Amino acid sequence: MPSRQPPTSLPSERFAVDVAVVGGGLVGSAIAWGALEAGATVALLDEGDVAHRASRGNFGQIWVQGKGEGHPPYARLTQRSATLWPEFSARLGVRTGIDVGFSQPGGLTLCLSEEELATRAAIASRLDAEGGSAGMAILDRDAVARMTPLPLGDSVRGASFCPADAHANPLALLRAFHLDIQAQGGAFIPHTSVEAVRAVRGGFAIATSAGEIVAGKVVVAAGLGSAGLAASLGLDMPVRPVRGQVMVTERAAPLGDFLFTGLRQTREGSLMIGGTQEEVGFDDGTANVAMRTMSRRAVASFPDIARLDVVRCWGALRIMTPDGRPIYQQSRRYPGAFAATCHSGVTLAAAHALVVAPSIVAGDLPHELATFSADRFHVQAA
Amino acid sequence: MFKRLERGGPTVRFRFEDEEIEAVEGESVAAALLAAGIDTFRTSPLGPARAPYCMIGMCFDCLVSIDGVENRRACQVAVAPGLSVRRQSGARRVG
Amino acid sequence: MRKVDVIVIGAGPAGMAAATHLAERGRDVVVVDDQRTPGGQIYRGAERNAASPARARILGADAARGAALIAAFRASGARYWPESRVWRVTAEREVSLTRNGRSETLGTPVVIAATGAMERPVPVPGWTLPGVMTAGALQTLLKGDGLVPAEPPVLVGSGPLLLLLANQLIAAGVAPAAIVETSVRPWAARGELSLVLEPVARRDLWRGLAMLAKLRRARVPHYRNATEIRIEGSRRAEAVSFVAGGRRQRIAASLFALHEGVIPAQQLSRSLGIAHDFDERHHAFGPRVDGRGESPIPGILFAGDCVRIAGAAAAEHAGRIAAISALRMLTADPALDAAALADEQRQLQAHARIQSLVDAVYPPPAMLAATPDETVICRCENVTAGELRAAVAAGCAGPNQAKSFLRVGMGPCQGRLCGPTVAGLIAEMQHRSVGDVGYFRIRAPLQPVTVGELADMQDA
Ligand SMILES: Cc1cc2nc3c(=O)[nH]c(=O)nc-3n(C[C@H](O)[C@H](O)[C@H](O)COP(=O)(O)OP(=O)(O)OC[C@H]3O[C@@H](n4cnc5c(N)ncnc54)[C@H](O)[C@@H]3O)c2cc1C
Ligand SMILES: Cc1cc2nc3c(=O)[nH]c(=O)nc-3n(C[C@H](O)[C@H](O)[C@H](O)COP(=O)(O)OP(=O)(O)OC[C@H]3O[C@@H](n4cnc5c(N)ncnc54)[C@H](O)[C@@H]3O)c2cc1C
Ligand code: FES
Repeated sequence: MPSRQPPTSLPSERFAVDVAVVGGGLVGSAIAWGALEAGATVALLDEGDVAHRASRGNFGQIWVQGKGEGHPPYARLTQRSATLWPEFSARLGVRTGIDVGFSQPGGLTLCLSEEELATRAAIASRLDAEGGSAGMAILDRDAVARMTPLPLGDSVRGASFCPADAHANPLALLRAFHLDIQAQGGAFIPHTSVEAVRAVRGGFAIATSAGEIVAGKVVVAAGLGSAGLAASLGLDMPVRPVRGQVMVTERAAPLGDFLFTGLRQTREGSLMIGGTQEEVGFDDGTANVAMRTMSRRAVASFPDIARLDVVRCWGALRIMTPDGRPIYQQSRRYPGAFAATCHSGVTLAAAHALVVAPSIVAGDLPHELATFSADRFHVQAA
Repeated sequence: MFKRLERGGPTVRFRFEDEEIEAVEGESVAAALLAAGIDTFRTSPLGPARAPYCMIGMCFDCLVSIDGVENRRACQVAVAPGLSVRRQSGARRVG
Repeated sequence: MRKVDVIVIGAGPAGMAAATHLAERGRDVVVVDDQRTPGGQIYRGAERNAASPARARILGADAARGAALIAAFRASGARYWPESRVWRVTAEREVSLTRNGRSETLGTPVVIAATGAMERPVPVPGWTLPGVMTAGALQTLLKGDGLVPAEPPVLVGSGPLLLLLANQLIAAGVAPAAIVETSVRPWAARGELSLVLEPVARRDLWRGLAMLAKLRRARVPHYRNATEIRIEGSRRAEAVSFVAGGRRQRIAASLFALHEGVIPAQQLSRSLGIAHDFDERHHAFGPRVDGRGESPIPGILFAGDCVRIAGAAAAEHAGRIAAISALRMLTADPALDAAALADEQRQLQAHARIQSLVDAVYPPPAMLAATPDETVICRCENVTAGELRAAVAAGCAGPNQAKSFLRVGMGPCQGRLCGPTVAGLIAEMQHRSVGDVGYFRIRAPLQPVTVGELADMQDA
């Protein structure tokens, strides 16, 4: 955490808003932006330059395929978000002039063995049985070869495909949120750590490193920094870090629009290769072994990639709940205090802005969202 | 743009685009091209023309295609007989 | 994983001195360097240059000194790996490098990083045009490839290296068309007069005065305290324009050499997460390393200009200091060679004091504040000063957020040529010190490495 921060001043001595959002990552920013759209006055608080920020280190996929297996409401929320994304990103783009790079070519999960293929097929049929897989289909090698921009590696057996999968530039998205929040009259207050929140008459007093803010409602969306603040508001956010490593190559000429699990080409031309899942606590470093594993899979999928130079590599920490599903909850003890977190902040950005935020402004989470209460972690076994 | 201090010494021939270039053994490809009067090495993926800036491998502005492999730093590769060097235009191609 | 006693990164004066000292004492040392021959920046090509009368005449004593150092290094028994690039060092002292198109990882109890310096980036309008290079690049072409400009170049900026280059060019028969100096305060030397009493300082000072005299004799037009520098030209550089003596001037030429001093190369030390302090006087970051070359990470030592700029002679002392520290670790004898260590430290200190004189005469360029908005600051991604300023005004917290918002520092040079500028501009806008603003988070790979190489790694 940064010890020294640039001077920040609040817009006024006793600054008051309808909704204060703690955490300026993708989850908090989407909710703050959506709350402004829903007519509320908003303050968005965020820390300094060096902070754990999944939003700055992720893969940028709006990934629907396979999500919500065993939990139809999560599958529905994810699919709804993907449906809302085109209109949502267009609105943001028109207003800010920032192209968030949304496109929806559909996503492929390449399978390098018959076993992998069988696993994907099983997931698709379970999802279909549970209420819908968003059109997830299993393709054989020839069908995959026709869809891919580069010659396939010998070991590719086939793939699962989902037309709803899409991608965007998550950094542009975050920046567009921050700019538009300010343009629409919201207060974006960076370099400002929230130290404590307490309930006061008519709302909450939020103590920050720059002074106090009073808000009718407060949303804790501080990623891995959420647990402590949430607890003081009677909310439970049992999140833990799960590291993901990502590698990025030099820019390459456009290969056409395509999307794979663990591989995509950005608008700028770089190939992003990645995503490990590692339980290593707050260590956001990188390691050769993971780089080798990711490289091997990339080369096995598309041998031509072997010649590209890797120019950047990073580790970032996902914010993971015990069952991997989001938490959205209003505090029973302190109504008006909300918790929001998930491990797919890009995918769910549209839903956070256009579904979750308006319900927070309205002061009530509808049933479809209330099912994401953290109470689920405390059900006593019979 | 540049000239050699001394004459003599073993030479090496290689191709740049469709020209044949004579270089001195031990030189970098960048030096050989600069000595041959070539002052633009590539266009960056973002458009503008670029040429070597630092000569010590830091700036990546001297990128060229060498024997079919694009984005090589010309200042870091020694000339060798028969190399085929081409200007790099924009981002490299995969495949 | 292959193991060696010590891995030295960099075969400049610091790395060679360290490796020679260790190998002469029977240690198994591997020296990894990206150049084709030993020497580092100052002694690049010194073996060949010392052997060529034409080159030796231009390069003066440096070529001979370099050749001697290299001869001792070659004879020492240290294993020298040229054209090899280190792309990761871990706190566990695993060193990954690429060599002959393959990547491998070595393990060692002691790493001595002697990766040297780089020239401070000089973002002025037009500096990305073909025909604009650094002063160091011209030197590299001279020392490494025996090339000199075909037509007289204009040298722009400040610092001893600029004067040195001018002298070398005069000796080579291509006197510069002009020297356009940005910030020099020769009178500042008076404040440091006590220093001049030191023998090493007298030698350096004498050399400096001789260089200035040679410039005058060659009648090279010399402009001082120039501001508002811009390089003009559309497809290539055609002229430099600047304000000096109260009026705008313009000098046409085909080649321009920029230079604003050298700064420690931070990539490796940053990637290890070592704290860096900002030296206000020298206006550069350097890793926090103690008087024995030891960093806060056990077994990871630093030597030479990658810690603090003090020049080639100092680098040799720093290299031997690190070598003694390494021997102490390898022998578990913390008192080993105490007298030799103290002697090396004393000599290193003397050079460091001269450097502070140099810093006083050539103060850090005050040009960032005046950098016009249209100036490209990130050469790879074409990001301008104006774009960075706008992002900071909209709440961008620091260099890392700027990187993610603007792609500044995301290109293949991995932020080397924009990092100092980005930190400086943000500091200015936020009214903070550069040290407080900080720097990009640097991560491996420190040198580009192909996906295929990573996939084929034996030892990861
Ligand atoms: C490698 C990797 C790949 C991923 N790929 C994808 C993908 O392809 N698609 C997808 O949908 N998701 C992906 N994710 C997940 C996605 O990045 C996260 O779900 C999302 O970024 C979470 O956003 P957040 O706002 O909750 O958290 P963060 O981005 O971590 O932001 C939390 C913010 O809260 C601030 N904060 C913390 N404490 C305080 C405090 N006390 N006061 C003020 N501010 C505070 C922090 O400074 C930080 O800015 C990926 C994640 C990783 C790590
Ligand atoms: C371009 C340039 C020209 C200079 N010319 C002069 C001069 O003429 N006179 C003078 O007094 N001073 C000069 N200097 C200043 C120079 O810093 C010192 O004189 C001296 O060379 C410092 O010695 P060193 O051993 O610390 O580092 P260096 O001499 O810089 O040696 C470091 C070596 O490490 C190598 N290296 C760095 N990173 C890696 C890596 N990851 N993997 C493998 N190898 C790596 C470098 O290529 C280099 O060969 C110059 C500096 C620069 C940048
Ligand atoms: S000229 Fe800078 S990397 Fe080659």
